[in-house]
Amino acid sequence: MPDVPFIEIRHAAKSFGALEVLKDINLTVDRGQIVAIIGPSGSGKSTLLRAINELDPLTSGEVWLEGVQINKKLPHRQYEKHVNQVRQDIGMVFQHFNLFPHLTVRGNITLAPKMLKGLTTEEADRLAEEQLAKVGLSEKIDEFPSRLSGGQKQRVAIARALAMKPKVMLFDEATSALDPELVEEVNLVMKQLAEEHMTMIIVTHEMDFAASVCDRVLFMDQGVVVEEGPPGVIFQTPAHERTRNFLRKHLARAAGQA
Amino acid sequence: MGLDFTVVPDYFGVLMLGGAWTIAITIGAGLLSFFIGILFAVIALYGHWSVRLPVRLFAWLFMGTPLLLQLFLIYFGLIQIGIDLPAFVAGVIGLGLHFAVYNSELIQASILAVDKGQYEGARTLGLSRGQTLRRVVIPQAVRAVVPPMGNNMIALLKDSALVSVIGVMEITLAAQQAISRTYRPFEFYLAAAACYYVVNLALEAGLRRLERRIAASR
Repeated sequence: MPDVPFIEIRHAAKSFGALEVLKDINLTVDRGQIVAIIGPSGSGKSTLLRAINELDPLTSGEVWLEGVQINKKLPHRQYEKHVNQVRQDIGMVFQHFNLFPHLTVRGNITLAPKMLKGLTTEEADRLAEEQLAKVGLSEKIDEFPSRLSGGQKQRVAIARALAMKPKVMLFDEATSALDPELVEEVNLVMKQLAEEHMTMIIVTHEMDFAASVCDRVLFMDQGVVVEEGPPGVIFQTPAHERTRNFLRKHLARAAGQA
Repeated sequence: MGLDFTVVPDYFGVLMLGGAWTIAITIGAGLLSFFIGILFAVIALYGHWSVRLPVRLFAWLFMGTPLLLQLFLIYFGLIQIGIDLPAFVAGVIGLGLHFAVYNSELIQASILAVDKGQYEGARTLGLSRGQTLRRVVIPQAVRAVVPPMGNNMIALLKDSALVSVIGVMEITLAAQQAISRTYRPFEFYLAAAACYYVVNLALEAGLRRLERRIAASR
């Protein structure tokens, strides 16, 4: 499918009553591309990300993945089936990890592959070992999440998402809830994914990380994409006043923290 | 007539057998109330109205009427419509359903208290609503509900004395039999109380162990 975009969002709009959180957003992402979405809180960046896998369905507009419309209008039962199917191809990592506390690390990683892909226990265990090795946590396989640090939890959450062999990974402020000293270990895992050409869409507050890893940066404010471009352009020579303001404030805050 | 506890050891075996029946009925009714409680909770929260309404009516009936009456109805009443249950089975069903209604209330609250992120985490992986409920939400809700449900189980143990009225030879009825032969109510009711106390201690110890075991997985 050479002329079908990998991911395409067309005229995405979403409102809660009178409040418009997304206004006519258009975005295409190529296979292997890494896109960062930055912007002030309330700008709609998380909502846009969550629209991609139908966690927050759009009010209007379309989301496509490899020529399949994700937010198809279907009768309830068919819609549920369709969404459950397409979500298997879209990995998501959350700010608060959302690991299942009643399952071990192994159980967290193997649950979905066993239930949805029919893997045997042995196959799923091997998969869990593989994915854990990748995020550097092999020795934690039989621990419960309550025994892990925040950084370790997030790495397990990434391994859990990767175990479904997704076509794209969505990161929703994956390091925002972490203590500063734990951010780096998660960033390293994400960098490693970038080197393997995983397609990623990353909502983040970490400009340095976005600058060093991403191919494109989108700056969103008040429900619109104000501007987008390569990180060098967005961070060094942004065209819009709003972008400059945001980056200036952000830099000041980051400097204040350091 | 003074107190004479020396007659109690003569009926030691009878009381022990009574204890065994009490334990059996508590375990049976406890398990029934646990699983039916989960079922009722899920129906109450997610069921279609055509099943939700009957369950609500049923819950309302079982909470609003005496357990004793419910046992009479199940044991004596059902015979009239051709359902002749052994006393033990009738006792387990009566106690089990009664406590299922209380457990269901607890489980409903604890299902609603499971973090929304858990639901999102599971759905994002591709799990359906039902799969998410079964494998992610309910197991967590059940773990959270162990301490308060433990209190219900202790209440169940004590209320199991009521099945003596339909002829299950548990601790209370065993004591009554001993009394009818020896005319020593004080001694045997006290002995029966001691039996309940011991079973209760064991139950509490078991519950504490269970709580400790699940502590890491919460």
